[in-house]
Amino acid sequence: MITETEPRATAPDDDTAPPAPSARRRIPRWAGPVAVLVVLATLPFSTLTVPGLFEGALNSPATLHLLAFCLVFGGLATSYDLLYGRVGLLSFGHALYFACGAYTAALLMRMLELPLLWAALVSVLAGTLLSLLLGAVALRVNGIAMAMVTLAFAQAGSILVARDPGRVTGGEEGLSLDTAVVPDAFVGVMNTVNLYWAAVAYAAVATVVVWWLSASPVGRVWQGIRANEQRVAVLGVNPYPYKLAAFTVGGGLASLGGVVYLLVTGGVTPTITTAEFTLTLLVMVALGGAGSRWGAVLGAGLYTYAEHRLRQSGGEAFSALPDWIAAPLSQPLFILGTLFVLMVFFFPGGLTALPGRVRSALRDRRTAHE
Amino acid sequence: MSTVVLLIVTGLGLGALYFLIASGLSLIFGLMDVLNFAHGAFLALGAYGTWWAANFLPGAGPDGAGFLLALVFGVAAGTLAATLVELCVIRPLYGRHREQILATVGLSLATPALLQAVWGADPLTFPKPDLVRGTVEVLGANIPRDRLLLILAAVALFTALWLFNSRTRYGLIVRAGVQDRAMVTALGIDVRKSFTLVFAIGGAAAALAGALGGLYYGVVTPTQGMSLLIFAFIVVVIGGTTSLTGCAIASVTVALVQQFANYYTVAGLGDIAVVIVLALVLLTRQGGLAAKKSAERVA
Repeated sequence: MITETEPRATAPDDDTAPPAPSARRRIPRWAGPVAVLVVLATLPFSTLTVPGLFEGALNSPATLHLLAFCLVFGGLATSYDLLYGRVGLLSFGHALYFACGAYTAALLMRMLELPLLWAALVSVLAGTLLSLLLGAVALRVNGIAMAMVTLAFAQAGSILVARDPGRVTGGEEGLSLDTAVVPDAFVGVMNTVNLYWAAVAYAAVATVVVWWLSASPVGRVWQGIRANEQRVAVLGVNPYPYKLAAFTVGGGLASLGGVVYLLVTGGVTPTITTAEFTLTLLVMVALGGAGSRWGAVLGAGLYTYAEHRLRQSGGEAFSALPDWIAAPLSQPLFILGTLFVLMVFFFPGGLTALPGRVRSALRDRRTAHE
Repeated sequence: MSTVVLLIVTGLGLGALYFLIASGLSLIFGLMDVLNFAHGAFLALGAYGTWWAANFLPGAGPDGAGFLLALVFGVAAGTLAATLVELCVIRPLYGRHREQILATVGLSLATPALLQAVWGADPLTFPKPDLVRGTVEVLGANIPRDRLLLILAAVALFTALWLFNSRTRYGLIVRAGVQDRAMVTALGIDVRKSFTLVFAIGGAAAALAGALGGLYYGVVTPTQGMSLLIFAFIVVVIGGTTSLTGCAIASVTVALVQQFANYYTVAGLGDIAVVIVLALVLLTRQGGLAAKKSAERVA
């Protein structure tokens, strides 16, 4: 998928185009992602302030914490995009595997006092197995029915966590991170930078795994399944194991995200188990552009940032407006939900499709003038 | 014995609530292939509309005929919302199922937030008319009266929908559309009109479910719709989209399993037992009725 869209995007459209695109082609394909990674990794060394965008300097704990959040959700949305964007599987149960990772890690550290590394390993394994097991059942049906089955499984998990069997999961209150077991480098406000780096690492791992798999022969089959599953079956390839593989890898990556999320927030609450949580993941991916290279990370980052800032301002920005407008605008989900509906109408394909749309619109106008 | 009777009747009451939601969902899904996440929003609008009318609308009140007027107001609000959603949001996206689902997802996130902005996140006490207060003795069990009202409403809706389906021309078009939409269009019938109609019917049923659910739970909250909606989805998967009877049987089965498992085992296990039933149905019946159908559709 990447290999096919990339040349088209960079190739000069006509002879009159400036020589810039051909110069750009000499830059290797891995340069862009590496540059982004380097910028993200060295960000904590910068004392730059970005007025209006972030409140403190770039290396202040508050800013780094917000950025870490954006990156964790970026990685999580990438793992969801593996299902939704790359294979075309509409799952409404992705929150379950994320929550499985976070809750298992929290419980292992709390009850068995396992060190962080072992807890992380076991919980990622548990999340992967769970997604393999439930995916095997859910993928017996197709399309919307599969979506509803994943939703039902996730709802069962959500109820289980909320009902608090044996006073283990903490019910509505959730669980806090047992700081005695966690390495000191991940505890305290002064060490926010390490949490940030953990989030960068997670986002990078999730992105690289998804890109690498999508470019592999398995990715070709996924692409085929997304385009026309029946045709893939007719060509003699059974789509089921390929879909299950995507489901399992997505679930495993999500549970790894759960562990990182646990570290970054210092605890888990049942809100991450709900169907609404998966729906916001879907919104993030669709906002950025499903199945595109940067879409999921971009969409998740922007969504998380916007929600955080809207919640922080608490509608103060709208207090000058009359009450009946200000009240709905103080609800971040109202603004984001409405914007999302508008986006589905006016920018299908998400933000990453926007430059291409603008370019083709400009070209149309140019040809119309000539 | 009286416990079993009580569980059966309350289970039927819950099943009635599920049927009110799932009948609209399965009609919409069967005819238009739209998985309508906004259905929970119609439900919440019906509940809040009834609550508001019972407290503030002149002529309406928390009791007797006033409550009936409030109920009509709530249902009308839900129906209006459903019609508007179909005309303004779903209609421009015909033939693009993914986008339709995404748009309803956006609505399902925005509507509870809007309700929360207007009336707050705290549960609001729902008015309870004298008629449905207290209990009735049936075979030695004390049955809460609101459960009986729910069952009555569901039976009435079932009869009305059945009559609509089998006796009216529009019902015929809807049934034919569920079976083969392309053929109906090829015969020169505008199926789109029935899309709006089905959405309005579904919205009305969901709003009624919201108002009666307010009676059932005693309170209304902005997010009540979502948890009920998920069980309604399960009902639709088990019952299939082709027949009203299948939907009714699945509603009652799901609710009874839930009630009995919740009572005889740990509370909360009943909800999980429903999911296990769903998995069993999918594994043994090659994916249930709805699945087979949607597979054919994609082809």
